[in-house]
Amino acid sequence: MSESEIKLRQAFAAGLNLPEQEVNESLQYASTPGWDSVAHMALIASLDSTFDIMMDTDDVIDLSSYAKAREILNKYGIQF
Amino acid sequence: MLLERRVGWITGASRGIGKAAALEAARQGAELLLLARSEEGLRQTAAEIESTGGAPTRLIVCDVSNDVALKAAFKEVQQHTKKLDFLVNNAGILRDALIGMIGSAQISEVLQTNLVSIIQIMQFAARLMMNQKSGSIVNIASIIGRSGNEGQVVYGASKAGVIGATKSAARELAPYGIRVNAVAPGVIATNMIANIPEQKMHSLLQSIKMGRPGKPEEVAKVICMLASDYTSYVTGQVVGVDGGMWL
Repeated sequence: MSESEIKLRQAFAAGLNLPEQEVNESLQYASTPGWDSVAHMALIASLDSTFDIMMDTDDVIDLSSYAKAREILNKYGIQF
Repeated sequence: MLLERRVGWITGASRGIGKAAALEAARQGAELLLLARSEEGLRQTAAEIESTGGAPTRLIVCDVSNDVALKAAFKEVQQHTKKLDFLVNNAGILRDALIGMIGSAQISEVLQTNLVSIIQIMQFAARLMMNQKSGSIVNIASIIGRSGNEGQVVYGASKAGVIGATKSAARELAPYGIRVNAVAPGVIATNMIANIPEQKMHSLLQSIKMGRPGKPEEVAKVICMLASDYTSYVTGQVVGVDGGMWL
């Protein structure tokens, strides 16, 4: 697992208040318990802080799953 | 001191209430990022802060109605600090016109500056504050957003929008320890009221129970109180600073 992947897992765990072992590819906005619109902001804050970026609003809205987060972070120069 | 070593961001800090809030917050020990369109005005505010022993300030020149410039400002704030204890969301404009004389460009300009940017800045500040699970956002509304006024349909709508946004954000952000309140100034002696005709001013003064306009410093003190832990259990409130004009 790459360093970026580890950081992504940690950011999701912190942002969604989940145990790290429960962070996986299947996480989806609105279907994962606890990932509602308010938790989404905490997740974005966690990703911003972990990767030292500032996500654009369009990306914030598009970030609908764990897999999508990886794709969006690629746009900010984060390699997985 | 109320705000000792607190990191705060104040928009519209080059004059009027924003400048007074910056001076008072600095007096109360805050470390400040100041934003405004006028670089000269910002430098004057910073110079006054430093001359009274305040902490060095970070200045950001930005027109909040410009999306691209605002995003650049967010990046600058984020690069400068990972911590944001309070935000004073003050930047705003006044463009008076009677209802039949309001053009669509004027509506867009006022709503973009007074409401849309306030929401965008709150979104950004909340993202920083969520990491630390604390923070205070103080939005500057207006008595006109509560009572309305002739010639201020758009301004009144924008400030009523600020009040609605404040209350909604307060509900969403309270679980994260972030408080969101609004201050609704009445008639305050700033440049914004300098062009009010004498007769209109006379009538305004008669409607103020305390019989005088407020001073920017009087609003600034309430802003700093809301930004501080003195109001740690206060959120979603609109505090009038209007000498009893709206009762």
